Amino acid sequence: MSSSPSAATLAPPRLLEQVGAVARRSVTRTFRQRALLIFPLVFPLLLFAINGSGLGAARKIPGFPDVSYLDFALAIPFIQGALFVAITAGTDLARDIESGFFNRLALTPLRGSALLAGQLGGAVVVACVQSLLYLAVGLASGVGIASGFAGALVLLALSILIAFGFAGLGALLALRFGTGEAVQGFFPLLFVTVFLSSSNLPRNLIQVDWFREVATYNPVSYLIEGIRSLIITGWDGEALALGFGFALLLSVLTLSFAGAAMKNRLVRT
Amino acid sequence: MRRFLYVAKGVAWRSVHNTFANPAIILPSIIFPLFFLAAFAGGLSSISKVPNFSYKPGYTAFQYGFVLLQSSAFGGVFTGFAVARDFDSGFARRLLLTAPRRSGIIAGYTIGALVRWLVTGTVVTIAALLAGMSIEGGGAELVGLFGLGVLVNLVAALWACGVAMFLRTEQAGALIQMPVFIVLFLAPVFVPLRLLSGWIHAVARYNPATVALEAARGLIAGSPVKLALAFALLLAGGAIMSLFARRGLASAERAG
Repeated sequence: MSSSPSAATLAPPRLLEQVGAVARRSVTRTFRQRALLIFPLVFPLLLFAINGSGLGAARKIPGFPDVSYLDFALAIPFIQGALFVAITAGTDLARDIESGFFNRLALTPLRGSALLAGQLGGAVVVACVQSLLYLAVGLASGVGIASGFAGALVLLALSILIAFGFAGLGALLALRFGTGEAVQGFFPLLFVTVFLSSSNLPRNLIQVDWFREVATYNPVSYLIEGIRSLIITGWDGEALALGFGFALLLSVLTLSFAGAAMKNRLVRT
Repeated sequence: MRRFLYVAKGVAWRSVHNTFANPAIILPSIIFPLFFLAAFAGGLSSISKVPNFSYKPGYTAFQYGFVLLQSSAFGGVFTGFAVARDFDSGFARRLLLTAPRRSGIIAGYTIGALVRWLVTGTVVTIAALLAGMSIEGGGAELVGLFGLGVLVNLVAALWACGVAMFLRTEQAGALIQMPVFIVLFLAPVFVPLRLLSGWIHAVARYNPATVALEAARGLIAGSPVKLALAFALLLAGGAIMSLFARRGLASAERAG
């Protein structure tokens, strides 16, 4: 049977069109909320400036890599920024749930996967902007990238992948709990994972045994070390494999669970 | 005076009750300092190997001084969040209508902040002692240390109340906490002032929080330094912030 014009009009848009429409809305909304945009950009840089200088004496510890502490610390803003992306993405999604927008979408032929992918579009754009900014600030403050220009590109790719994984976590929290307050309540917990990692010192220089153990089992350590290796070491295959591996695992896990939670949210009655 | 105390007592009781009846409010203010203590004292203890670093009681005690003052400041900050929440929910406006002496409202919130911090400070102290911290100072030094904490808490609570009353929305949260956070972290958090270099040394040298922090660490080490200056600065800060909070209250009164 040939499709009539009216049938074509009624046909649901293709998946990519659906993703594009939701992503456009997500990106527009993100950039309209400047207050939400500025804090995630500025706060990690502020901590970078303070800790980078305040902990400068750490490079005098025997065994510390032969680089400035700013070089060593530049990896941290990328991870902190990713945490903010998670909270922003989760809060935006939760607001759609709280406002009833999701329920209205459930009445349309929009596919859950398209909605999830589109919603994370805004988060990815923020991740791109902040990664470029952190890198630019790092270079401007005298940090050198040991792996060169290509390494800088790989660094950006890794940091965006990490942010994407955390954005998936934010989406999962929003879909599971349905309120922005609950998503924001997880922020301290996420932040703690950065503190309990090798963010401030290399793992072999952490003196306290339990802390070193926690940092060793904490995947965030490997995300940080993956980015850091490109800045201070050059091309370190093991650090990069672990960094990309954990970032990919985080993305796959969070998106799988978020996809399942999305199905429950969009149950058509 | 009786009416002032009546209002202060009522607001303080409500503030304390709300804090301790709601785990979502009290837990972050206890857990955050504990994590800072664990992360700084545990994760950064090899900083004490830096040449010329000398602090007799050890790095855990060095960080305990900072975390104790930080918890006292954030006890005040969290109370500011509660004030902002009361304005958002409309409770504060009803309170302004019914309170016979409105300045008692600020006093009540401030007492609430102090009670909150006394609990947090005690938990942080116990945790640090369990982690093996040694305190070289005696009873008088400990009283002085907690006296510093009380004043830091007062200054931060009055600042937070003032901002919350000027803005009257929970969105004031970032403005309440960011300046406190920045002032605290621009002090010599990880190493003594003499080991800092560059711009952070220049800023930390003139940062009033540095004086309070050095005084606290001196008390823990049993060799007080800059104690009179620290108390004088904090008392002056308290006087300025009480004027600021009073103006915030006046702004809220005018807004109706």
